[in-house]
Amino acid sequence: MNESFLDLAYLVAAALFILGIKGLTRPRTAVRGNMLSASGMLLAVVVTLLDKNVLSYEWIIGGIALGGILGAILATRIQMTAIPQMVALLNGFGGGASLAVAVANYFQGGFNTETGIITLIAIGTTVLIGAVTLTGSMVAFGKLQEIISGQSIGFPGMKLVNAVLLATAIYAIVMVIINPTDASWVYVLIATASILGLFLVLPIGGADMPVVIALLNSYSGIAAASAGFIMGNTVLIVTGSLVGASGIILTRIMCVAMNRSLFNVLFGVMAEGGETIDADEVYEGKVKSTSPDEVAMMLETARRVVIIPGYGMAMAQAQHAVREMANAIEEMGANVEYAIHPVAGRMPGHMNVLLAEAEVPYDKLVEMDRINPTFDQTDIAIVIGANDVTNPMAREDKGSPIYGMPILNVDKAKTVIVVKRSLSPGFAGLPNPLFAMDNTLMLFGDGKQAVVEITQALKEAR
Amino acid sequence: METLVLLLLLFVISLFLGIELITKVPATLHTPLMSGSNAISGITIVGAILAAGNGDGNNQLVTILGFIALTLATINVVGGYLVTNRMLAMFKRKD
Repeated sequence: MNESFLDLAYLVAAALFILGIKGLTRPRTAVRGNMLSASGMLLAVVVTLLDKNVLSYEWIIGGIALGGILGAILATRIQMTAIPQMVALLNGFGGGASLAVAVANYFQGGFNTETGIITLIAIGTTVLIGAVTLTGSMVAFGKLQEIISGQSIGFPGMKLVNAVLLATAIYAIVMVIINPTDASWVYVLIATASILGLFLVLPIGGADMPVVIALLNSYSGIAAASAGFIMGNTVLIVTGSLVGASGIILTRIMCVAMNRSLFNVLFGVMAEGGETIDADEVYEGKVKSTSPDEVAMMLETARRVVIIPGYGMAMAQAQHAVREMANAIEEMGANVEYAIHPVAGRMPGHMNVLLAEAEVPYDKLVEMDRINPTFDQTDIAIVIGANDVTNPMAREDKGSPIYGMPILNVDKAKTVIVVKRSLSPGFAGLPNPLFAMDNTLMLFGDGKQAVVEITQALKEAR
Repeated sequence: METLVLLLLLFVISLFLGIELITKVPATLHTPLMSGSNAISGITIVGAILAAGNGDGNNQLVTILGFIALTLATINVVGGYLVTNRMLAMFKRKD
């Protein structure tokens, strides 16, 4: 097929990807946007199959069939609570694909001195980023799936080892460029980059996973763009950098929402917590518990109720039960909204997807900045499985490790109900003074069970 | 060298375009955005097809690497678009 026709088709595909992402700026147009993007991909695949350099098809058919079946099974079977794991896995596959393409191009050889250097630099860069993305994502997947401990895993001097690994990888890239016929440096590069990926993600704790997934998402895009430089392929460059930009922006949003610098997240540094806070001192004699019946009674007279979901709701698979409770409250005449903190859950937007699955209309899901001024007009705030994002110490206690992190001002509500198994701390490992406040009542127990019982009590009261 | 400059230009402009576009995506849709961009980054499928279909019988290694790349990229494309579609369908307002 004619070279310039191919490039034109790639241009159209790139335009379709851009329009697809533009569709994602509104829930109403999002499905169509995704379709546009998918048709761009189909176009890119079809014209590539007609490329004159494609001589045999058996391996292509095999790869597409195998990948297609696996992808379809994964996409249709996955539970919405497990989406973060799936995205982590797909990030890794994206990095792995770019890695394999780069290595394949290396072994195809035929580098002339004119364009050879650029191609070799691009191959080296793609192998480095691709391998880091692949192994880093596998660790992130393992942590999210709880195959690996969510705690920070590391050893003294890990940063130094990482610096040495990175230096070795860069040295290997230089050696590949100087002497392209010696494949051993490519193997050195693959090995060091793979270990570097493992070591970069292992020290990162469970609470920081939203940042890591977003960052690896970005890497997978940059790896694809870098692979584009190997072949001088425009659609790979455009598309890869779009994805790269997307990941970078999400990473920044997550870091801001946790009031942590990207550096601290990446190197597993927690802020120094001035004096250690004794949980007993915070809670002793001040925590009041309540029962589902009592909560239902209070809800009967409430006019405005805000529900604050957190990862605990996902763990308990309680999103459908929460929706039913909200329905029952609304039938009593109250207005119900959901307060969504940017880092609630394990990835950006996780709570929104879970509640959308439970058929909560998206205009009821209110972002932090918009809902915070309304808490002092809220009769009852119900916290389900959220902890650190409601901790008033982040606002008031300058000595606290989480001081400065933007939180939901749940404590301003007239009455706060906290549904929780126990007084155990969240990811930050801190006691939450919210639980001991005068206007707070604790409803101890399994999240889903408690919500179901409140709903029953509400229905009986009618 | 000229081509390289053009490609770099394309890279930088696309980055800026991406930043402009993505900042407009509301927080509600950040999860579908990530799975959708997973699917889009499966564009490496193009490079994988070229490697897997090189047809050089003497260079089995290239073909096999191409096959691996193609399988991984297709999982990304098919899995990414399908799961994104599944999620977005849930966001559709019930009229």
